[in-house]
Amino acid sequence: MINLEDNGIHELTKKIAELVEKFGEIEIEGPEISADELTFLLQPTVQTAIQRQLPVNKTADKPLGFISTKFTQPIEEFPGNVVEMQLGATKKEGGTRGNVLKIGGHKTMPFYSFESINPNRPVFAMDVFDMPIKLAKPVKQSVAEVMDDPAEWAKKCVNEFGAEMVSFNLVSTDPLLEDRPTEQAAKAVEKVLEAVDVPIIVGGSGNREKDPLVLEAVAKIAHGEKIILNSVSVDMDNKRVVKAAKEHGHSVVAFTPMDVNNQKRLNRILLDEGLPKNQILQDPTTAALGYGLEYAFSLEERIKLAGLMGDEDLQMPIMAAASNAWGAREAWMKTEELGPREIRGPLWETVTCVSLMMAGADLFMISHPATVRVAKKLAANLYGENKISQEIESWITNIN
Amino acid sequence: MDLLKMAKPSLLDVYKFLPQTNCGECGEVNCMSFASKVLDRKSEPSDCPPLIKESQYKEKLESLKQLVIPPVKEIIIGEGKNSVKIGGKEVMYRHELTFHNQTGIAIDVSDTDTEEKIIDRCKKTEEYKVERIGDILTLNLITVRCASGDPKKFEEAVTTVIKNSSYPMILCSYDPSILGAALRKPEVAKSRPLLYAATKENWQDMVVLAKRHNCPLVAFSPNNLADLKSLVATIESAGVKEIVLDPGSYTAGSGLSNTINNFVMIRRSSIKREEKGLNYPILGIPAMVWLNGGEDPVTSYEEAYVAAIMMARSADLLIMHTLHPWSVLPVATLRQNIYTDPRKPVAVDPGLRKIGKPDKTSPVLVTTNFALTYYTVANDIEAQETDCYLLVANTGGLAVEVSVAGGQFTANSVKELIESSKVKKMVNHKKMIIPQLAARLRGDLEDETKWDVIVGPRDSSQIKDFITKNWNAPEG
Repeated sequence: MINLEDNGIHELTKKIAELVEKFGEIEIEGPEISADELTFLLQPTVQTAIQRQLPVNKTADKPLGFISTKFTQPIEEFPGNVVEMQLGATKKEGGTRGNVLKIGGHKTMPFYSFESINPNRPVFAMDVFDMPIKLAKPVKQSVAEVMDDPAEWAKKCVNEFGAEMVSFNLVSTDPLLEDRPTEQAAKAVEKVLEAVDVPIIVGGSGNREKDPLVLEAVAKIAHGEKIILNSVSVDMDNKRVVKAAKEHGHSVVAFTPMDVNNQKRLNRILLDEGLPKNQILQDPTTAALGYGLEYAFSLEERIKLAGLMGDEDLQMPIMAAASNAWGAREAWMKTEELGPREIRGPLWETVTCVSLMMAGADLFMISHPATVRVAKKLAANLYGENKISQEIESWITNIN
Repeated sequence: MDLLKMAKPSLLDVYKFLPQTNCGECGEVNCMSFASKVLDRKSEPSDCPPLIKESQYKEKLESLKQLVIPPVKEIIIGEGKNSVKIGGKEVMYRHELTFHNQTGIAIDVSDTDTEEKIIDRCKKTEEYKVERIGDILTLNLITVRCASGDPKKFEEAVTTVIKNSSYPMILCSYDPSILGAALRKPEVAKSRPLLYAATKENWQDMVVLAKRHNCPLVAFSPNNLADLKSLVATIESAGVKEIVLDPGSYTAGSGLSNTINNFVMIRRSSIKREEKGLNYPILGIPAMVWLNGGEDPVTSYEEAYVAAIMMARSADLLIMHTLHPWSVLPVATLRQNIYTDPRKPVAVDPGLRKIGKPDKTSPVLVTTNFALTYYTVANDIEAQETDCYLLVANTGGLAVEVSVAGGQFTANSVKELIESSKVKKMVNHKKMIIPQLAARLRGDLEDETKWDVIVGPRDSSQIKDFITKNWNAPEG
């Protein structure tokens, strides 16, 4: 209790003193109210007088001691989960893959390992084309000598660059390009399947009329291999592709242009056509860093969260074409100002890829070996592998 | 779709605390519309005149103020026009609500660097300005590390920075007497640098410094959130209100997993408003990849993607060491992407746009109505001062390559556009230039429109060059 009466201070002081008394009754010696806060309440003329009376004044500037508190981890339990999907089939399972992979099965957002260890880390596939096409220079440099031979190209991606899958794109089937017949395209797929023993994705040319026929032929020739047929959309004969996928045991990519509701609708169509949930991959469109990446980023987060919250139609794994990053001028254009494109380009793809990996994509299509190398390592690290002790406290003095 | 039930106030929550008289004194048509402005942080509760003037609303005003305080506190580093505001986050994921206050990017200098090098890095940081789709991307702060352990050297380095940069500073040393020596200079203290860092060991003296000079303070507790929370509680109780959290930026191996988990846990606990005590902005240090030595270009490459990962998972402030145009640009671009309004439509209206002052002989260009494509192309043509007509085709808001592949960008959509826009009457020719990525539409387009179709450049930055070389202006 502070009693200022005896000091004979004038009326104004009395009033303020009453105020101070109030605080005094609450607690003036504890750490709850500091001298600074008291000072704020008091007129300058009376400060000195009162401060003389305050027993704790000298130490009030510092808290009395270290306050120990507990931290409760903010754990959430999601009612739903992403379905688990197998990519490729071994001999025993009716295929010929030496190496099969799984994606999905997640119970929480990507890499929230404090909450739950999601099974199955993201998987990284590399692009191969069935005819030489125009590629950004840094990409072309890495594959120039094998571009005439898709099988060799695929081998290089797997054996040399460490690709976990091959994404084989049958662009030559495009009626506006070479218009190669479906049987010929299917033969090329067979060769790639013989050349590598990793699971593969097979893409059409983007022609809505011909793609269903191409993918149907591919599904047949790859019977039992559990490949991924890329892709179907609402405005094409998706029934034909679904039928072939069911018959020959493959999975299908459901492609929609940047809209979560359309994605949901297409997924539902495929489910209604009888394709099991664990044979559908979602592709809500990948936009490059700087060219709409945020749409892809948010779509993936929304889809993933919706699935975890129990939306049955959005619980399939997500595929992202990080290689779309090469459409960005910052990736391929020759300009002194931005530095050498040989490194700028791959980094543009890498940043596109890892950002979407955080957002929720499960399977990536990539063009440059550097991105595959980095993304694989990062995924492992985020799964708690590669224990390296880092004395981070010393960063102030030891960065160089 | 309502995904995660976050404790984010709704429009009705805000409306509840307004007078609901629709008086219009605030300039809005009604209280509901004012409520939506408050929710979007474009107006503050005190912008409602009756709430301020009339005593009957006193409680409502107070409640509303409490309601709209963002769960992550806003912290201002620096002083004046270049000061940097960080934090103020209200949501975990960007589709829920626009992220406020872009991640601040700080570039480091060391007091063991030569004066020349410090000046050079300050200048490079401050001069970094890249125009991208209507925005100027910049770096924001300078970090001064005391690597020498010598207060005098540190003070000199800080003086050099303050003379050569108007950007706010982050001053780094665990030794309060070293930071104190620099802060004794009035111009340093007045600039309100962020002090790095209070720890379990030095907090008492750091708190005194932060309070005396009214500076924000970093609380650093590596990979221990209970300790971090305790440290914050301690600092808060001593009267420091502006705090930034450093839960430790482990970047190597599995350490990165700890870093991301800690960032997410901190942010989630404050957004859900269940756990008070860590409701401050988060500092990430991608520069950590240079710990004990790095090597270019590999380490700069690594630093850029580590920065991207941290930014994708809630970092409000980043300290970076790399300063190459190629390593900084992707990070600054990702920041620009993540901080856009999630409600921004993907598409612009299709139709005809006149760029510059086109006449009868000017070229007709075709592009898509994906917002990013459209703005990129329009900005480029404007910057190149090329007079032309731009036909914006309805591709369902998709970019060129995707919409050609997906069948949204068709000859028919362009034909309709030519007719509805009456472009035929504006020019004396029938020639259009299409993007190179849409080259395969050429035949179809010629059949449908009976126009000559010229396949243009791959990128809109090359349009002027292309037109100069390939466009033969028809006679008058």
